[in-house]
Amino acid sequence: MANTVSFMTRNFGKYNPSSLDSYEQIGGFSALRKALSMTGEQIADCLAACAVKGRGGAGYDMGKKWRQAREVNQPRKVVICNADEGEPATFKDRTLMENDPFRLIEAMIIAGYSVGAQDGYLYLREEYSHLRPLFQNAIWQVREKGYLGENILGKTGFSYDVHLYSGAGAYVCGEGTALVESMEGKSGRPRMKPPFIKQCGLFHLPTCVNNVESLCLVPSILLDDKKEYLSYGTQNSVGTKMISVAGNVRNPGAFEIPFGVKVRDIIFDLAGGVKNNHEIQLIQFGGASGKIARPEDVLDIPYTYEDLTAAGVGVGSGAILVIDKRTSVLDFLLATQEFFFHESCGQCTPCREGNTQMKLLLEKVMAGMHTGEDLQNMKKIIMIMKNASLCGLGETAQNALSCAMDLFPECFAVKTEGN
Amino acid sequence: MEMVHITINNIPLQVPKGTRVIDAAKKAHIDIPHLCYFPDQAVKAHCRMCVVEVSGNRKLLAACSTIVWEGMEIYTDTQKVRDTQVGVLKMIMANHDQDCLACPRNQNCELQNLCSRFNIQSPKFPNVCKPYPIQDSNPSLVRDLAKCIRCGRCIKACSENQGVSALTYANRSHDLIVTTAYNLPFEQTDCILCGQCSTVCPVGSIVEKDDTQKVWDALHDPQKHVIVQVAPSVRVALGDGFGMDKASIVTGKMVSALRIIGFDKVFDTNFSADVTIMEEGHELLDRLQNHGKLPMITSCSPGWINYIEKHHSGLLEHLSSAKSPQQIFGAISKSYYSKVAGIDPKNIVTVSVMPCVAKKYEAARPEMQVDGIRDVDIVITTRELTKMIKYVGLDFPNLPEGDFDSPLGIGSGAGAIFGATGGVMEAALRTVAEACTGKPLQTLEFEAVRGNEGVKEATIQLGGATVKVAIAHGLKNAETILQNIEDGSADYTFIEIMACPGGCIGGGGQTVNTTFDIKKLRQDSLYEIDENLPYRKSHENPDVIALYRDFLQKPLSETAHHLLHTHYQPQKKATWQNVGE
Repeated sequence: MANTVSFMTRNFGKYNPSSLDSYEQIGGFSALRKALSMTGEQIADCLAACAVKGRGGAGYDMGKKWRQAREVNQPRKVVICNADEGEPATFKDRTLMENDPFRLIEAMIIAGYSVGAQDGYLYLREEYSHLRPLFQNAIWQVREKGYLGENILGKTGFSYDVHLYSGAGAYVCGEGTALVESMEGKSGRPRMKPPFIKQCGLFHLPTCVNNVESLCLVPSILLDDKKEYLSYGTQNSVGTKMISVAGNVRNPGAFEIPFGVKVRDIIFDLAGGVKNNHEIQLIQFGGASGKIARPEDVLDIPYTYEDLTAAGVGVGSGAILVIDKRTSVLDFLLATQEFFFHESCGQCTPCREGNTQMKLLLEKVMAGMHTGEDLQNMKKIIMIMKNASLCGLGETAQNALSCAMDLFPECFAVKTEGN
Repeated sequence: MEMVHITINNIPLQVPKGTRVIDAAKKAHIDIPHLCYFPDQAVKAHCRMCVVEVSGNRKLLAACSTIVWEGMEIYTDTQKVRDTQVGVLKMIMANHDQDCLACPRNQNCELQNLCSRFNIQSPKFPNVCKPYPIQDSNPSLVRDLAKCIRCGRCIKACSENQGVSALTYANRSHDLIVTTAYNLPFEQTDCILCGQCSTVCPVGSIVEKDDTQKVWDALHDPQKHVIVQVAPSVRVALGDGFGMDKASIVTGKMVSALRIIGFDKVFDTNFSADVTIMEEGHELLDRLQNHGKLPMITSCSPGWINYIEKHHSGLLEHLSSAKSPQQIFGAISKSYYSKVAGIDPKNIVTVSVMPCVAKKYEAARPEMQVDGIRDVDIVITTRELTKMIKYVGLDFPNLPEGDFDSPLGIGSGAGAIFGATGGVMEAALRTVAEACTGKPLQTLEFEAVRGNEGVKEATIQLGGATVKVAIAHGLKNAETILQNIEDGSADYTFIEIMACPGGCIGGGGQTVNTTFDIKKLRQDSLYEIDENLPYRKSHENPDVIALYRDFLQKPLSETAHHLLHTHYQPQKKATWQNVGE
């Protein structure tokens, strides 16, 4: 099995990302033409048949998501492309957007058609400001050419526009409801659920939010007459996946892999192995909110949803962060903790106070001053944050620490007397 | 009504569809602990104290934000739930100034109650509370961020009920705070000092400015003749602080308590409310007869005055020039009463007990003095009077019934109902209608102006003329009417506006956690007082008749204008230019 494929990345380097003409010359917008010959239902069915799981991290069935969005009986709906790729070590969406911006816009139009929306918003993270001119230009060209506007490509009744929206730099705005709040001009803090944004989202309209990679798969899948996509992967992890490998590797980068490639091959072949052949300390999957593993537990398993879950980690955002032994486990954990301490929105107690307390406790552990009671408190706070936080940020913020306490108990050994 | 079958801790229960878990639990006699949840506000689900376990759910669910579903199995008492609640509580405490013994909300604090309930004996987490400067630069409210638990109830009270939105969250994570625009002191922002925030704060983060010591100092000064007036709505709320029914009528006990505390005379703001009606009612007649500015709007509520000055200064001419009952009482106490009692006004200290923190601001306004003598010297709230009564150690519920002193002690039923939304309107109509026709009213109750709708409208016959009136309580409701006046679509003659939802019975100085349900009970108590009084119209109040006969001559007389009327000026709103001023 090849370690990389070009299914959703097949256009990389094939056209000039600033030119719609050059995109059309390589077959651009034929997926939209095909989509408009189908019903919205059929498009959702097509995604469901390919068992596409959302690529933002939660892995929700994409065909089901579009079908549900379609079934919401309201005249006005919204599609949002979540390009707030804020998970540390994750940069697969950036790679897709830099190399193939028109594909994303085409996919957003198809999404709008399938779910019955009038407006699509591209929520681009603040840190990707260099992509703003690229997309402004692309959207302008697409609109000029008539792929956006009234009765697109002569399809009576399908009127749709795409708008570029820039985030302001908060990690939590990658969470769907916080993203919507921030688009409404409010502070980026998650809403309580229900109501779910699929029923009541941006400007109180039914809102269908999709990750960049999820959308970028759509044109390829619609044109995939030979069922190439289904030939990749395993039974439970169908198709291909964009991953980003970072950390102490020689060749960090984003790669499209078929599901099922061994983690070892990803790290040592695609990413070139560890710099200076240092020993790997730990590997984190899915970004800062992801879980960690010792190399011996994961290097020889295939990169699939099921195998990673069985190994105690997960696909998440598609990031793989390799940390070699020059970085101590505790240094890594403190950096992660400081990230969440900085990025918690602060509205719910478990996340606001939990991240504050955990930072203090971790600093105490690092100084070797902690007691058995401190460790008990850490476990308790982990439990509270996981079970009682308002949104996924607080729920997952302690994933790495929680794993580390199990995997590296020696780092938490109590040194002080009298406990 | 469609019912849903659920179990709570294995006890089967039927509740109406759409019920929140927190309310369903109440039916099973279980109080789920909560801090950010407040019955009259939209659910926030921030504090996470109210989590419960629900079968089939991986995470704990917040009981405030979760609606029951058919077959739902709820557990409120598992180890996971309790560990979480205790942990959340300890984390909140760790970011809270724990100087409980010296806190204005000591023994009246929801956080303290929960710590007591869960038997928290030592804080297990290090205190991470940052020092913040206490903001107390205005006469009404004190803000102490070190006590804030970030529940957001004040924010909702300010935005949802009042539409003022002077409070908001700022920053994030550990730096998240509740603050004002540009972190300016309240008085420099859009805040109108209504104090609704202070009535919903579960802890001591926003409280009234405590003026009880000023009162004690005056009472202990042998040179001073210290008199007190009590607003209509205090007597139906004060009992709440002593474990009595939330809307008990405690007029007589209150008078006795004030006398024991040491006031030289105990007078009634209901009396000056009647005087307000005489002045305001005749001002309305004057405007009707002489083509004055209409609609005329009441000016009794100081929070409302701050609102119009800050937010609708173009409408100031619509305000009645009559001072509020508090200030009218003050002005009369330093003139008429001073003469009658033979006491130099400089030696009279006039204290008010008000349901309101904005009254503190009103009393301190530069307009509120006559010939260099302040109308009212010290204002305390219902909450502060409760503290003073406790300070003296009185067994309040068992005090004998006392009577107000003469000559400012008789209030009519019309004055009594000032405390409820629609009350000023009804009181005015009773007097104005009789002044127009010269005949006694058949029915005194103007049912159309009673009730709790946000905006009430009614068409009233005044002699030959038909006039349209409107009543709004809560400034979000008032805003609707004001916009109609501004765009010319309002055809009202007379409008009553009260800043606080429910009127003064829901005022910002009343007992904390006064929900709409409690407000309704207090309204009923006020109407009960009205029904049982010998005089129910302001112009028939014998003390008022004597005041006009012996001193003021007639409503709107020169003396009356000099003492009892005023004018208001535009106030600045929050702008970035204010920063650093």
